[in-house]
Amino acid sequence: MAETRDLTAVAARLRAEAAKRILILDGAMGTALQAYKLDEAAFRGERFAEHGHDLKGNNDILNLTRPDVLGEIHAGYLEAGADIIETNTFNATSISQADYGTEDLAYEINLEGARLARRAVDAQNGKTPDQPRFVMGSIGPTNKTLSVSPKVSDPGFRAVSFEEVRDAYKEAARGLIDGGADFLAVETIFDTLNAKAAIVGIDELAEERGGEIPVILSMTVTDLSGRTLSGQTVEAFWYSVRHAKPLAVGLNCSFGALDLRPFVAELARLADVMIISFPNAGLPNELGEYDETPEVTAGELGQWAADGLLNIVGGCCGTTAAHISAIAEAAAKAEPRVIPESAPALRLSGLEPLTVAAQ
Amino acid sequence: MSLKPAPSAPFIVIGERTNVAGSARFKKLIAEDDYDAALTVARQQVESGANIIDVNMDDAMLDSEAAMETFLKLVATEPEIARVPIMIDSSKWSVIVAGLKCVQGKAVVNSISLKEGEEPFREKARLLKRFGAAAVVMAFDEEGQADTIERKFDICKRAYEILTQEVGLAGEDIIFDPNVFAVATGIEEHDNYAVNFIEATRLIRANLPGAHVSGGISNVSFSFRGNNVVREAMHAVFLYHAIKAGLTMGIVNAGQLEVYSEIPADLKERVEDVILNRRPDGTERLLEIAEDYRGEVKKRVADLTWRTKPVEERLAHALVKGISDYVIEDTEEARQKYERPIHVIEGPLMDGLGIVGELFGEGKMFLPQVVKSARVMKQAVGHLLPYLEAEKKAAGEAASSAKGKILMATVKGDVHDIGKNIVGVVLQCNNYEIIDLGVMVPWQDILKAAVENEVDMIGLSGLITPSLEEMATVASEMERAGMTMPLLIGGATTSKLHTAIKIAPEYSGGTIQVQDASKAVGVIGALIDAEKSAPFQAEVRKEYATLKKTYEAAQRQKKLVTISQARANRLDIDWSGYSPPEPNFVGTKVFKDYDLAELVDAIDWTPFFRTWELKGNYPEILDDNTYGSAARELMADAEEMIENILRDHWLRAHAVVGFWPAAGRGDDVVLFTDEARREELCTVHMLRQQIDKREGRANSCLGDFIAPEEAGLQDWLGGFVVTAAGDIDRRLAAFEEAGDDYSSILLKALADRFAEALAEALHGRVRRELWGYAADEALTSADIVREKYQGIRPAPGYPACPDHSEKRNLFELLDVERNIGVTLTESMAMIPPASVSGFYFSHPQAHYFGIGKIKRDQVDDYAERKGIPLDEAEHWLRPNLGY
Repeated sequence: MAETRDLTAVAARLRAEAAKRILILDGAMGTALQAYKLDEAAFRGERFAEHGHDLKGNNDILNLTRPDVLGEIHAGYLEAGADIIETNTFNATSISQADYGTEDLAYEINLEGARLARRAVDAQNGKTPDQPRFVMGSIGPTNKTLSVSPKVSDPGFRAVSFEEVRDAYKEAARGLIDGGADFLAVETIFDTLNAKAAIVGIDELAEERGGEIPVILSMTVTDLSGRTLSGQTVEAFWYSVRHAKPLAVGLNCSFGALDLRPFVAELARLADVMIISFPNAGLPNELGEYDETPEVTAGELGQWAADGLLNIVGGCCGTTAAHISAIAEAAAKAEPRVIPESAPALRLSGLEPLTVAAQ
Repeated sequence: MSLKPAPSAPFIVIGERTNVAGSARFKKLIAEDDYDAALTVARQQVESGANIIDVNMDDAMLDSEAAMETFLKLVATEPEIARVPIMIDSSKWSVIVAGLKCVQGKAVVNSISLKEGEEPFREKARLLKRFGAAAVVMAFDEEGQADTIERKFDICKRAYEILTQEVGLAGEDIIFDPNVFAVATGIEEHDNYAVNFIEATRLIRANLPGAHVSGGISNVSFSFRGNNVVREAMHAVFLYHAIKAGLTMGIVNAGQLEVYSEIPADLKERVEDVILNRRPDGTERLLEIAEDYRGEVKKRVADLTWRTKPVEERLAHALVKGISDYVIEDTEEARQKYERPIHVIEGPLMDGLGIVGELFGEGKMFLPQVVKSARVMKQAVGHLLPYLEAEKKAAGEAASSAKGKILMATVKGDVHDIGKNIVGVVLQCNNYEIIDLGVMVPWQDILKAAVENEVDMIGLSGLITPSLEEMATVASEMERAGMTMPLLIGGATTSKLHTAIKIAPEYSGGTIQVQDASKAVGVIGALIDAEKSAPFQAEVRKEYATLKKTYEAAQRQKKLVTISQARANRLDIDWSGYSPPEPNFVGTKVFKDYDLAELVDAIDWTPFFRTWELKGNYPEILDDNTYGSAARELMADAEEMIENILRDHWLRAHAVVGFWPAAGRGDDVVLFTDEARREELCTVHMLRQQIDKREGRANSCLGDFIAPEEAGLQDWLGGFVVTAAGDIDRRLAAFEEAGDDYSSILLKALADRFAEALAEALHGRVRRELWGYAADEALTSADIVREKYQGIRPAPGYPACPDHSEKRNLFELLDVERNIGVTLTESMAMIPPASVSGFYFSHPQAHYFGIGKIKRDQVDDYAERKGIPLDEAEHWLRPNLGY
């Protein structure tokens, strides 16, 4: 295990950088990987040649079998102007890895994922020490949900327990922190209860390690009604998770920047922390491909930036280094969002918010 | 007149019926594993107005952890219940933890306390913090439950300090429960218990910043078990005083809250003596009269000569006069007299309604009275329904005596339904079956329901202009689906012309615009009649075709100038030597809970009567030969309801006002973040008239009323949104449950009036004080109606700035949703509908006007300025497009 780093100081450095300018997060991993056209053998490498389950599509395993590819992709995004590199660990919880029979590797995949990003970022930081870059440890939503039953006829059923989800997140978090992540991102949250389990797990880990673990929380909405898959509005979501005192809160994936804007604006109005957003490159076309050009994506996000909605911005599905470069250029023209103060009030939520003013 | 600062937050109702310890019924359901019925209990609590539901599974016979988990997981999948926060209630910590693992929202835990000392208290609080839950903290310590004011407060203070200073919980996430104990128990020491709670509440709220206070309200009346009238009176009185002292929430039976002001005077006095411990013999005196109140409170007696007549005549009388007091017993009497329950409907009830219909047709009865008649009819039919169903079941048949089935809906994006509801009620009176899909109904649902219910026709309603386009969409989708039933178009902004040009061509099945409820009966009567229908539709079709042709011909002749010509002919305001008045603040100000009593005199009643299709100006209409008596009756009902509105806070009015440094830029108005005027806040986009004006008349644009950048002056733009429908939904739900359409429509219509009155009053205050450019203004109300003041308040979506989507800007600037809870639909209708918005202009030459038709050149330019695609601009400006 690496020596314990003071992540509180790292978070302070991130905040200081973010006060100066809008920080740029990298773009999609999947799109970049597709360009390498890796086959089953490449995914397996030597180590998993005999593995009893197909591994093609398990992008996270490439942290172990093709670290060279990940190194190139990270370097490409840094070159394009990214300040924050996200680890290739979106599906690296034991729950998601179980689909490939690799659940026992969850810790290792996270550890190596963080190391690869760390190495790329440290190399860049060596070149430009006065502009620090950061490693964001990606924790995806898993493929199970705690608030929704997978069985139509049995609404009380859950495919997974709170404890299982919490423990899976905690293990992933441990790997990411041990591998050198600066902070964690619980992202693409479609079920707030999953996110709350993650918060509990990360909080327990922080207590065990005796230091803060900064987190970013990013939700995703299912459709234009602006609710999560589990039914919460943006405001209700924020009230459910604000106790985690995240570095930043935001929205990612969902749809393109154009359609995502009202929800980001809503969150920007409510949240007394930084706003992060990384939308898709538009909506998928008939072939399921994202074909929004960098100019279009950056045009829209540049407008968000100009309107003071953003502190951290990047791309999700379908975005490439060219998108990130264009976004960086657009965002550089605007000031970062000023973090508003939130009046003290009891802010509860179900699927919808309930605010009880303090006075 | 004064706008009051925001008072304490509204009272939060915590539903108590999902508690096995407090409800024998709920306990039985859980014990028998009947979770479906248990969910219904929860749903009813939310529907009755519970803001939070308390869930408690503490029972020795239950596996409480498992029951909590099962119930909360099921609740999570029921959006109608899960929309409110959950209060996880247990005295067992393990049950609370099990509950916390099942809720995605921010919940409240009920409760933790210092009962077992500080360390376990801290430990539990830390876990709550980790899970992000708020906490109810009982006034309970190592010594036991606190009963005096001092001990209650001291324990709360000690707990507060540990929680905020050591654990790091926010003060506002702490809710104290200073223990509600029973009074009037016959034990003297208990007499001051309610007072102690109230006073401790006051101390907590004053001294422990952010903290809230809650309590289990029904405990206070425990000694009157079995006498619900007295118990509910005790709850109401206790709440009334505790809320004044700062109680923010309470666990109550959400469906059964008595209203303080409606408690009979003698009962109230004696209950108050007991709650406030005002006299030593209070308990005995309450006991003396308690027996009188076991059961129902008696009603006052009125002139009853009509009661001696035969039952058929009594029912007819009740229907015509709208008297509901005896309708159930009369209906029952008729049911026993007639062979089958359906005969009561087809016989005396339909006869009575027939008279109502005739009188309405002859103009001898008017809408408000007809709606009241419908209320009586509904009650009578409601009484017969179980018998009808039993009979149907026995015979295995489905009998309907209705003349026809009509589906009604307010279209997607629109929330206005007063007119639709009136038409629905009138049609029901005329024996049509109405399937009302409510408001904001997408076309998919309309078509689906029409097919499933095999309706005879569809009626669409809408008020705001984007709804017109939505109606055209419904029409074209009906065409695509190959439907043939007639389509009726209604609502204040609809017109025969618009229907003829934009909607009818989309649908070959027959489209007819219906101006109002009285017209609806005739039109539908013709359409439903097998012989008349075809010729009637042919006639309408011909009329619409002619209208369309004439319009298109006129359109070609109407001359519009180019946008650059129009701009050259702008209003020539001489800015040299003018110094725009400076408002008293820049930014926004919120006025919460505006005193409705002050608005009553400012209500403009004429539109109110128009809503009810009583045509004429107020107050003359009260003495009108035709409408006078109906108008007076309606006015009396309105006045009575206003009393209730004021006394029991059926409505809450809020306003938000803002002023921003501004400058004219072309046709637009640019707003700046501050007086430095360097950083732009946003641009308000305006349109300009393009009608070819005669000599000396300008092509107006609102932007012209703000000093242009080139003038080098400092000017300002104002904006506002007001609503008068805060909390209206709870009251409407109660009316709906009682089948009382009359009161429901009346309340909505009054809320509209209050909103308009507030907008007017606020504008006055803006002129005299907030902007203050007309400090000495002295106007009569007639002057106000005639707009004889300086400055205007045009609303986005109305003639001078017809683009509804500019509301989005205004709503963002004023942070409207957060400040006063008004939101926008995708068509830019405001929710609640009883809301008014607009911009303020101060210039003496500012005046109202209509944009009228505009050309493509302006729309192109406008879309570019707004940064939206042309088709989006055309969507919002559809009614104004002159090409």
